[in-house]
Amino acid sequence: MRLDKTELALVGLAVLLLLGGMVAPGWLIFLVTIALAKALVVQGVVMQMKAGLVSFGQGLFYCVGGYAVGMGGPFLGISAGLVLLAIGVVAAVGLAMVLGLLLTRYREIFFAMLSLAFSMILYGVLVKSQELGSTDGFNVNNWTLLGQTIAGGETATHVVFLLTVVAAAVVAFLLHRYYRSSVGMTCEAIRENEVRVEYLGLSPRWIQYANYVAAAGVSALGGGLTALAAGHVDPDMAYWTTSGEFIFIALLGGTGSVLAPFLAAIVFSLVRTYAIEFVPHAWQMILGFTLLGIVVFLPKGLWSLFTRHRPEAPVVPAAPQKTSTGGAGA
Amino acid sequence: MLSFIAVLIDGTIYASWLFLVAAGLTVIYGVMRILNMAHGSFYAIGAYAAASAIGWYFSDGTGSAGMSFLLLIGCAIAAGLVVGTLVERGLLRFMYGRDEILMVIITYALLLILEDAMKLIWGVNPYFAYQPYTALGRSTIAGLKVSNYDLALIGVAVVVGLALWGWLERTNLGKILRAVIHDREVASAMGVNVRRMFFLTFIIGTTLGTLAGALTAPSISVVPGIGVEVIVLAFAVVVVGGLGSIEGAAVGALLLGLSRAMAVHFAPQFELFVIYGVMSLVLAIRPQGLFGRTLARKI
Repeated sequence: MRLDKTELALVGLAVLLLLGGMVAPGWLIFLVTIALAKALVVQGVVMQMKAGLVSFGQGLFYCVGGYAVGMGGPFLGISAGLVLLAIGVVAAVGLAMVLGLLLTRYREIFFAMLSLAFSMILYGVLVKSQELGSTDGFNVNNWTLLGQTIAGGETATHVVFLLTVVAAAVVAFLLHRYYRSSVGMTCEAIRENEVRVEYLGLSPRWIQYANYVAAAGVSALGGGLTALAAGHVDPDMAYWTTSGEFIFIALLGGTGSVLAPFLAAIVFSLVRTYAIEFVPHAWQMILGFTLLGIVVFLPKGLWSLFTRHRPEAPVVPAAPQKTSTGGAGA
Repeated sequence: MLSFIAVLIDGTIYASWLFLVAAGLTVIYGVMRILNMAHGSFYAIGAYAAASAIGWYFSDGTGSAGMSFLLLIGCAIAAGLVVGTLVERGLLRFMYGRDEILMVIITYALLLILEDAMKLIWGVNPYFAYQPYTALGRSTIAGLKVSNYDLALIGVAVVVGLALWGWLERTNLGKILRAVIHDREVASAMGVNVRRMFFLTFIIGTTLGTLAGALTAPSISVVPGIGVEVIVLAFAVVVVGGLGSIEGAAVGALLLGLSRAMAVHFAPQFELFVIYGVMSLVLAIRPQGLFGRTLARKI
């Protein structure tokens, strides 16, 4: 298996993070863990953006993944962390397989609004039902990893950090392969011109469907890891402003590389930590102006800062190279 | 029987409120093709402006209820003109012609900015403006006590709806606007100043938003975050009715208002679920909404 530059960078960064985790202070480890977990949710948003869809409801799957971890203990008596994460992913994928049948018929603002509506439905159900924790949500405690009980405090922080870095690296690796596979490439073609893709004999709808379902699974994993790291889940995970935050991070990073959402999520978390400290009532305003700035001056996100000076890769010679290495994707 | 009447009254009151909130959103989308996420913030600005004006007016213990209604409406119009002008001239006019979905993101950025701007201007403590609400008293309909202010809201919604309809369908300016709605480029080729029409539409849409907020202020406590809650409800209404359609917004508001009232009376845990449930159901059957037009796909 030959690795390209992005994949090497990915492996290198993961190792660096794990090494850094041994010396970094607890608060920084926690911050990076949450940022990476949220970046996974953002990867789900980016997957759909690459196919031309903006989901204003990715919080739905974030919440499903988180609640699987939160409710697995009290409802199912399961404490194994990996099983809880898996339940979240399976639940989200199952839900997405049903919702996707309807949602893939929509584009543009209709897709945005309908995905928003679905996440608000979950929010409404959670907030109004006492059995599902109402507005309080659930605490996540006393979970185990491979048979070892994870007590709170420093150990838990480090264990979740390890888990998140590994999960993020693996998912990013697979996503990178996926984007270069034929299905991944078709997603971009659909964004450019859907009707022409149809004329080529492909079904944009089923490709969107597969993409949507996969994105749901990735986002749910992010939600589950966030729940393990934060030790708490509440209905706000499904509220539409949470989904708005994911879109913000996705646009901040851009869709240029699978690494971009991680970079954007870490920048976002760092800036937020300090902004809330120093200007608590102007934090959203900073976000708003930044978002406008990105839309106007950096439409391809922060990532384009790293790539714009290089000449564009020639389109034609690149194609055979891509088919020879792609194969492990999707 | 009693609960049936209660559902009908509650539902109609809620529907009028929904219509007032959603009217500006649908007007702006209809003409400008901008799904304005910041509409909820306009609502909140109207509510804050009205609440602080009412608070000031009644602060010395005197003041008549009649004047306070004029004050409510005056505040709404003033706030709408100021905010609408600032936003359109200062931001949106540079953004025309971009993708619809990008406009959603731009107005989302605007929402974030306005939310904090309100916190900086009015602080985070609640404002109250209950005087106009209590001044009107209550009446009894079929054994149920109903606030007259809420009943008056129904009247206001009907007047606003008819005025909008009459303006679009019965005046010269309305005819020009419909031309812009129908085909922006051809209208502009026929000598319509489309940008001026956009400006006008945006001001009217904004003012409708602030008016809804100002009229709601007496019956709620005005706190940060009310706009964020309202915007998703307004989306539900206009999406159900068909984006850009006034009569659609009216029907959508009635449908959602009555459904919610039914849920509140018979199954309160479904109060929020029912609104988005109805929205999803309508979209599943008629993606363009009840009154929306289907568009041909372009290659």
